[in-house]
Amino acid sequence: MYAQLVKTDGKGVKPLDEMTPEERVFQQRIDDDQKIEPKDWMPDGYRKNLIRQISQHAHSELVGQLPESNWITRAPTLERKAILLAKVQDEAGHGLYLYCAAETLGISRDQMFDQLHSGKSKYSSIFNYPTLTWADMGAVGWLVDGAAIMNQVPLQRTSYGPYARAMVRICKEESFHQRQGFHIMMKMANGTAAQKRMAQDALNRFWYPSLMMFGPSDKDSVHSAQSMAWKIKINTNDELRQKFVDQTVPQAEYLGLTVPDKDLRWNDETGSYVFTEPDWDEFYAVLAGNGPCNKERLQARVDAWNDGDWFREGLLANAAKRRAKQGEAA
Amino acid sequence: MSESDLSKAELPLWEIFVRGQHGLNHRHVGSLHAADAEMAINNARDVYTRRNEGVSIWAVESSRIAASSPSDKEPLFDPANSKVYRHPSFFDIPDEAGSM
Ligand SMILES: [Fe+2]
Ligand SMILES: [Fe+2]
Repeated sequence: MYAQLVKTDGKGVKPLDEMTPEERVFQQRIDDDQKIEPKDWMPDGYRKNLIRQISQHAHSELVGQLPESNWITRAPTLERKAILLAKVQDEAGHGLYLYCAAETLGISRDQMFDQLHSGKSKYSSIFNYPTLTWADMGAVGWLVDGAAIMNQVPLQRTSYGPYARAMVRICKEESFHQRQGFHIMMKMANGTAAQKRMAQDALNRFWYPSLMMFGPSDKDSVHSAQSMAWKIKINTNDELRQKFVDQTVPQAEYLGLTVPDKDLRWNDETGSYVFTEPDWDEFYAVLAGNGPCNKERLQARVDAWNDGDWFREGLLANAAKRRAKQGEAA
Repeated sequence: MSESDLSKAELPLWEIFVRGQHGLNHRHVGSLHAADAEMAINNARDVYTRRNEGVSIWAVESSRIAASSPSDKEPLFDPANSKVYRHPSFFDIPDEAGSM
């Protein structure tokens, strides 16, 4: 999940009879699966919550480029390099689709960047882990994009029109990301002993951080209950995590790799795997800024923004000059 | 880490329309920021047509778009409800009359 911890302002879901007439009509529209569009009336909490969620999601796409761009110049073949470049470019696109969706709610692009740069707005904890070997490019595509897909597919049905449409575009592109990652893993796992060791090592390091992507258990959370009533969250974090484990364990077996969980076992009764939860203390530490790469990631974004300042200014000056020359009628 | 200066002008927002195939209308696909029309078209190419999604792009500055508001919905669209005779299915024509 790219928006792992989104708090609502409310104290849970309001019962229908405590709602104002406007709120009741709004909730009815959502219950009827009607999309809410930018100019429609919406409760303040819905707007605020969506801005938080979509901008966290957008920031994750943007920062998510960094661990992979680390390997573009060192990809093992020209083809892998071109593929990785295209994948990272897609993630930039995903960030842009989502920023646009958030902007329809009344926050500006620069305000969102400012919130990211100042640390006020979060991004997914997963991107604060380093990518140490080429096998990590496989593990990231397979596991991280795999977990993202798990989360994003249901969000195509989210109640806010611009968000849902952005998710449709994103989901169309994600499957390429996961498959290219799995393909790298296949090559490595079937390669030399050293390559197979790298693949296993990448799985070992990315397994639990990937499980953390879905966020802590939220089955009793008032925030999640409200988000689910508004259909800006469709499944609980635990549901999605379970689905991810059930899908991924057989894939690891296919690769001949071992999921780093001694207690992992199949439960015939539930028809799903029993697995070990990730270390949630580590999760909160990473989210608070103390993961292995937090400082480096944020600094890279801030530098990119600041270093582009003179260029943006030049573009605007040039556009103004051209407008003046042509007259406003152009 | 320096906070960005929010008093600085932001690149304007543009709405992007793409013609998916020859013979189809341009369709709204999303928006983006650009300093001018040329940059808007170039950015739209990168953001919205990475997989051959289009054969033509329109870019319109968002501030130039006039839009109806949700509260206008009734005066604008309700009058059409009572004019069902605008649809061909309103008229019962016997099969013997041939295709029509
Ligand atoms: Fe993405
Ligand atoms: Fe992706």
